[in-house]
Amino acid sequence: MNFWSRTARISVCLTLIMMVMAILVEITPLGENPWMRVFFGVSALNLTLRAAIPLVLGALSGILCERSGIINIGIEGMMLAGAFAGFVAKSSTNDWPLYASLLYSVLVALGVGGLMGLLHGLFSIRFRMDQIISGTVIIILAAGLSSYLYDRDAISAGKFTPIPIPLLSEIPVIGPVLFDNAPITYLALILVFVVHFAIFHTRWGLRTRAVGEHPRAADTEGINVNRQRYVNTMMGGMLAGLAGGFLVLEAVGQFQEGMTAGRGFISLAAMIFGNWTPFGALGAATLFGYTQALQNEFLLAGVTTIPRQFVSMLPYIVTIVAVSGLVGRVRPPAAIGKPYDTEGSK
Amino acid sequence: MAQANSKEPKNSQKRLFLGVLLIPFLALLTALIVGAVVMLAFGDDPILAYQGLFQGAFGSGRAWSVTIRKMIPFILTGLSVAVAFKAGLFNIGASGQFVMGSVCSVAIGIHFEGLPMIIHLPLSILSGMLGGMIWGAIPGLLKVTTGAHEVIVTIMMNYLASLFAGWTVYAGGTQGQTPGPLWDRTARAISETPDVFESAQIPWLFGPPYRVHYGVFLALIFVVLVWWLIYKTTIGFEIRTVGQNPKAARYAGIRVEKTVVLTMGLAGALAGLAGTIETLGLNHKFAPEFGGQVGFDGITVALLGQTHPFGVVIASFLFGALDAGAAKMQFESGVAADIIQVIQALVLAFVAAPLIIKALFRLRSSGDEEHATKLNTSWGGS
Amino acid sequence: MSESAILEARQISKYFPGVVANEDVNLSLNSGEILALLGENGAGKSTLMNIIYGLYQPSAGEILVKGQSVRMHSPRDAIDLGIGMVHQHFQLVPVMTVVENVMLGSESVRQGFLDRERVSKRIKQLSQDYQLEVDPTALVEDLPVGIRQRVEIIKALYREADILILDEPTAVLTPQEIEGLFSVMDLLRKQGKSIIFITHKLKEVLRIADRISVLRRGRVVGEATPLEATEPGLAAMMVGREVMLQVDKKEAQPGKPVLQVKGVEARDDLGEICLRNVELQIHAREIVGVAGVQGNGQTELVEVLTGLRKLDQGTLRIGGQELTNKNPREITDQGGICHVPEDRHAFGMVAGYSVANNLVLNSYYKPPFANGVTVRQEAIEQHAEVLVEKFDVRTPSVQTSGGSLSGGNQQKMVIARELSRPIQLLVAAQPTRGIDVGSIEFIHQQIVAKRDEGVAVLLVSSELDEILALSDRIVVMYRGSIIGEVYGKDATRQQLGLLMAGVKSTLTEGLD
Repeated sequence: MNFWSRTARISVCLTLIMMVMAILVEITPLGENPWMRVFFGVSALNLTLRAAIPLVLGALSGILCERSGIINIGIEGMMLAGAFAGFVAKSSTNDWPLYASLLYSVLVALGVGGLMGLLHGLFSIRFRMDQIISGTVIIILAAGLSSYLYDRDAISAGKFTPIPIPLLSEIPVIGPVLFDNAPITYLALILVFVVHFAIFHTRWGLRTRAVGEHPRAADTEGINVNRQRYVNTMMGGMLAGLAGGFLVLEAVGQFQEGMTAGRGFISLAAMIFGNWTPFGALGAATLFGYTQALQNEFLLAGVTTIPRQFVSMLPYIVTIVAVSGLVGRVRPPAAIGKPYDTEGSK
Repeated sequence: MAQANSKEPKNSQKRLFLGVLLIPFLALLTALIVGAVVMLAFGDDPILAYQGLFQGAFGSGRAWSVTIRKMIPFILTGLSVAVAFKAGLFNIGASGQFVMGSVCSVAIGIHFEGLPMIIHLPLSILSGMLGGMIWGAIPGLLKVTTGAHEVIVTIMMNYLASLFAGWTVYAGGTQGQTPGPLWDRTARAISETPDVFESAQIPWLFGPPYRVHYGVFLALIFVVLVWWLIYKTTIGFEIRTVGQNPKAARYAGIRVEKTVVLTMGLAGALAGLAGTIETLGLNHKFAPEFGGQVGFDGITVALLGQTHPFGVVIASFLFGALDAGAAKMQFESGVAADIIQVIQALVLAFVAAPLIIKALFRLRSSGDEEHATKLNTSWGGS
Repeated sequence: MSESAILEARQISKYFPGVVANEDVNLSLNSGEILALLGENGAGKSTLMNIIYGLYQPSAGEILVKGQSVRMHSPRDAIDLGIGMVHQHFQLVPVMTVVENVMLGSESVRQGFLDRERVSKRIKQLSQDYQLEVDPTALVEDLPVGIRQRVEIIKALYREADILILDEPTAVLTPQEIEGLFSVMDLLRKQGKSIIFITHKLKEVLRIADRISVLRRGRVVGEATPLEATEPGLAAMMVGREVMLQVDKKEAQPGKPVLQVKGVEARDDLGEICLRNVELQIHAREIVGVAGVQGNGQTELVEVLTGLRKLDQGTLRIGGQELTNKNPREITDQGGICHVPEDRHAFGMVAGYSVANNLVLNSYYKPPFANGVTVRQEAIEQHAEVLVEKFDVRTPSVQTSGGSLSGGNQQKMVIARELSRPIQLLVAAQPTRGIDVGSIEFIHQQIVAKRDEGVAVLLVSSELDEILALSDRIVVMYRGSIIGEVYGKDATRQQLGLLMAGVKSTLTEGLD
């Protein structure tokens, strides 16, 4: 898989176009047209990024897991678990200095996400549960536990605030959008690069891919297939937990029951649409985030009578189209979903 | 392999029978125990909780009526998922099909004033089933023509359904969006439909305060119908063969593609019927928050009932009881009703992986793990 | 040739439940030599190699590498000892590049990142040294089979293997590619590498090997050098001289042609051509046996005949009716064909279904088993009772699940279903594989009985005994075509062994 896979190329192009248009809208008379402002205004860009971050993290989570051969539809549950855990940690450390409290909460979110990932791995590998059902269990469990333990009186005081990057954030128009963001947002974007390099340029990544495509070949070279899968599933869980942490500690600031609202499933869609690559996922997440932003923009600007529900349908329809291979083929890891049998060779 | 002698079959039949009954029973029991442990860990009193649960489910006539009422959608969504499993398909789309069923049945129910009930009610019900059927058949069709995995497609279609339904009853936005076609004009800012005409409402079996409607019989009738279809007809034979061994099915001349689409359509119709009955029997109108968790409930009930229609009824009864008792449990013991969801997850886990129970109880493996239906894994695509 | 053996297997035995895979095998490989390991399917060659490569543990015996006794617990140990294996079914990840595949498990790392450059350079070096031209940046899935094999070899060489095991390497190659492989092997030998070359093809063995060992039924039955050996001699060692099966069979009286296959060409699942210009005729009241080592197109031929695989060229007629490329149900119904499949679990039966249901797998929708849409279970069970009796299927009841029967009874069940319909052609593929002797006898009797009733029978088997015992006429498949034809009563194991190994000689009698 080379860097310039089709979806990555498309998304980079689209992003560049967006940014150029945004600049134009700000500084030229183009901005007087309300439609232009809706589609390319700074507010749309900001909303897009905000919406895309949990999706990107969720998609990265899915990529880590599925690249090693384990189907993970439980991202929604892992996200929710991370969100809730982060909230509990934060609201119980309100008396700490803000940053210490926030950092601690992020770590807790990561940890709990990792635990959920480990659980998924255990179910799928050790107990040979059908991996889709295992994901379903994770989702129900997370929803149930978080609601059960949620103390409605608890509040978390404070959340991550944007940190402008000197110089870069002063670039007209797009500077503030890209370079004046809160820590987890930066982290998420950095992680896209990190995961990409890890998967395609490290030994761990090579083995992960082999294990997900042709576990027997990896086994014959002495690689422990199941151990690789456990590690990946756990790390995937951590990223999903981070996504949940983002929602509570950076985006909203509080916990609401069911606050993940299907983001985990859209992350799955982003992962598939991005062809199981980090940059592809970033592109897809941005696209999905954009449709969410548009929905808001339409509403605020009052420019159209197209029912907003139909605008909201866009990400889901796009996913179905992508999975049906109607826009070129998506190629999941070849050995995904099947438990690996070392017995076969002995 | 040794030859089977005449003594062995009785033993192996008995073992299989016990296995099929034992695992779900153990699963539920273990889940309740683990649930109790969780409650203890967080400072709640499980004894009190379970007492309240029991009271709320079986403690009075009122309680029983709630249990039965809650049971109905579980039966039908459970059937929906079970039927799909029989063909080796995973129907996570029950909630979307449920919603489409509701919407379509309401669409007929709030129009055609003056139509006699003998026409209006069946027409509305059929309309709901048709809506669900289409919503189920589409993922099936996509699967056989493009290989798209039904899990992701049905999940997406769940969202599409709820958005669509939201649109139909939208009260109209302040920014000029017109209200949806099914919206109740007298409801002002609330997004919901008007009440369905009486001629399209499912009559009460026991009226208020019990509120049990004839839908319960309708559900049970469909249980028998589905049982007959799956186990007594050529169509059912084809469905089961495709689920157990698609290659052998194809070799035997069965049209695998046709069977897949048919099964998904059937599953959709059943889930649609669930939504229809809830709407026409209970709420008598449609509001958008409707739906939600039914999909996962259906999966749990289907698996707990070992994907057999009669098992589904028993499992639905148990889950209906759990659901009915939850409110009372919370009231009596202060334990949040959400613990039921945790128990549900545990039941699903234990039923889906008999190995866990076997490990916990140190049972010997009977080598019969094959009785779990084989599901098509992988996302398809290429 | 040096005197000290670089690899030695002493008294190696390997037992699986119910199967003796290897028994008392002694093997030695000298440095800088090519040792050919010859044998049919099931002779135990692969098992032995898996033991040497650390994938299996021997039940008894020991392995010595460079004079030292070793215990290998995994391929890692074998690799560390300098043993490399080129598998028959390549262990390559299709979506990864050559470089990535070669370094998998022995990755070259620089500052934490994969050092593709270094590996690529080494691959180019190896390519030059051993004439194994390969583009390191190519994706394996884009490479033709012959080049993929080079990647497998380079994988072993990259890990500094001194001992190379090549498992049926020519099975997937064209004649030109085989030549290329031989010159590579020659080069390797000259550079001091030692090679074990596993094959069933005699000509190749005589061409390239320094020494030959022949395995049959898990034991070493002979050793030779190319100078001393002759093809007939080797073939005899490979397949043995004794005829073990006798079946009571009258002389054949062939009637009209029932199956007519002309010019058939087809591709396998990987897109490679697996059937080349196949031409075959089978008459009523005749059993034609198709002999051959597995993998020479027999499986695909059966699939074409039963509608499970499309043919690219050629025609198929059954009973005079044109049935080219029809679907299974049409062929079954219109052609009056029945099929006892090679892999009954994949195609022939549904393990979870009762015996009774399995017996109506392709007729459940017809009366009396179905009344419109309703299935009549009593009719199905009655039918099952009759069949179970007639075909001696030992089962506690017709409701027992098919999967819980023994292999022999499962096969009898499948046969019962297939043979109880009115048919004109019976296609039986490996009908007695893995089955107890009593059931084998019974099944053979049934096949002959059908022949006598007027049915044309196509019998595909890799068991020469079975072919010799049952067939009126025998054809041998090699590399996707029919390489020779012999009358049943004149055929000898030797003849067939030669044909199966690709040797067309004047000893075989053609029919035209």
